[in-house]
Amino acid sequence: MKYESRLKKVLAAGHFAVTAECGPPKGAEPAVIRRKGRILKGFVDSVNVTDNQTGVVRLSSLAACALLKKEGLDPVFQMVTRDRNRIALQSDILGASALGIRNILCLSGDHQSFGNQAQAKGVFDIDSIQLIQTVRQMRDEGKVLGGEPLSEPPHLFIGAAANPFADPFAYRVIRLGKKVAAGAEFIQTQCIYNLARFKEWMKRVRDRGIDEKVYILGGITPLKSARMAEYMSKQVAGMDVPEEIINRMKSVPADKQRQEGLKIAIETIEALRQIKGVHGVHIMAIEWEEAVPQLVGLAGLYPRPY
Amino acid sequence: MITGERKPLSEIKEMVAPFKKILVVGCGTCVAECASGGEKEVGLLASALRMDARMEGRKVDIKELTLDRQCVFEFIDQLTDLIDQYDAILSLGCGAGVQAVAEIFPEAVILPALNTTFIGETKEAGLWIENCRACGDCKLGVFAAVCPITRCAKGLFNGPCGGSKDGKCEADANTPCAWQLIIDRLDKRGQLDLLQKIYPPADWSRQQGKGPRKIHREDQEI
Repeated sequence: MKYESRLKKVLAAGHFAVTAECGPPKGAEPAVIRRKGRILKGFVDSVNVTDNQTGVVRLSSLAACALLKKEGLDPVFQMVTRDRNRIALQSDILGASALGIRNILCLSGDHQSFGNQAQAKGVFDIDSIQLIQTVRQMRDEGKVLGGEPLSEPPHLFIGAAANPFADPFAYRVIRLGKKVAAGAEFIQTQCIYNLARFKEWMKRVRDRGIDEKVYILGGITPLKSARMAEYMSKQVAGMDVPEEIINRMKSVPADKQRQEGLKIAIETIEALRQIKGVHGVHIMAIEWEEAVPQLVGLAGLYPRPY
Repeated sequence: MITGERKPLSEIKEMVAPFKKILVVGCGTCVAECASGGEKEVGLLASALRMDARMEGRKVDIKELTLDRQCVFEFIDQLTDLIDQYDAILSLGCGAGVQAVAEIFPEAVILPALNTTFIGETKEAGLWIENCRACGDCKLGVFAAVCPITRCAKGLFNGPCGGSKDGKCEADANTPCAWQLIIDRLDKRGQLDLLQKIYPPADWSRQQGKGPRKIHREDQEI
């Protein structure tokens, strides 16, 4: 294997990992990806590239990962099961590995009705847990679904998502356990604003010993404005933004709200570092990649180990 | 039952516009139960078309007939002696009914007046909900009789997804999250451990096959 996952290396060495998110453009320009990559380079261990998030057509995650790889970053290839059947999924898994991509994040994906292709057929041939299992089987057993051998297995560090803020709460940890049993090696969580609930979730994770079997990265999204906080609270599926966070954002003038958002994010990162079983953070600065270097620096997570 | 909804009158009018003698044919089974294609609905549609023609000064001859079942030859046979008298058959049967009639009378013009929608149940007066996708491999036994293929917007076998909130689906806040229903039912029965198991990818060939599926039973042959 020519390359190795930097994320895996950082986590295996016991460092507190930092990853960030990179949303591809709604167009074919590679420059946007390169620009975002250059902003993040050196400040994060790996960069997740979203796969047509919220069902909106964007430059493909696989292509963007390849561009970031060329820029010297360690990309995490996000893959949703909404748009591809098992033939296309497995094919792209092999393609990603061939391009030197070493991390994959397996997701079901937002429902197609949210995006700009609401009339699309949702594929969902397999679900996210079955996708994790598929990648694991391809990598570790060198076989595709159905058992046919691969001439070369894909070399991928396998991740999954967890949302501690969705319902039913009691089942969320059981589902995380299923993802780990399926073969997930790292977990990136939904954005954390409700720390109390996250702590309770982590307690249940530890009670089941799941934190010993998987690396958990807490999700961080710095808020840009009080309006964004309200929007996320009401309009974004699976998001929990408590009233006190919204009020805190509202309590400062509009031109200071970005700063307040960063402060909340730093406090959250500091709190997460104190929670046993949290192995890092995943920063999703939506269309605000510039915030990441600042956040990483202020949170005392710079320089990165490798 | 198979449910259907009548197409908008404007669309039906456009379809039947070239024809002078029309037989509106209903079906007394599923689509009668869901109040879209039974005898009553045949009468309503025929009257609406007649009135429309009168208002516009067109002469059309519209007759009505409702078969007990539009998807079984024995019942379709009632049309054999009538069909030549009409320019077109406007069927209020489901897609299966329309095609079954057309198979038997391939020369005749058979037009659909319904949009066939789903396999479902009558939930309450005026409300029908989809609950089966006819996947050909029923797993209701392990999912507490809630079909995740049909009732989860993403058809997840290992749900719920991260969008389940307050018991509702992320794709439609008026729809219960199928996985919340499954978990609640199994929890009450003390069977939550059934969900520890990872369900493998479905065998969609049982639903999609190689084109249309067939059931062939020799014991039913005459």
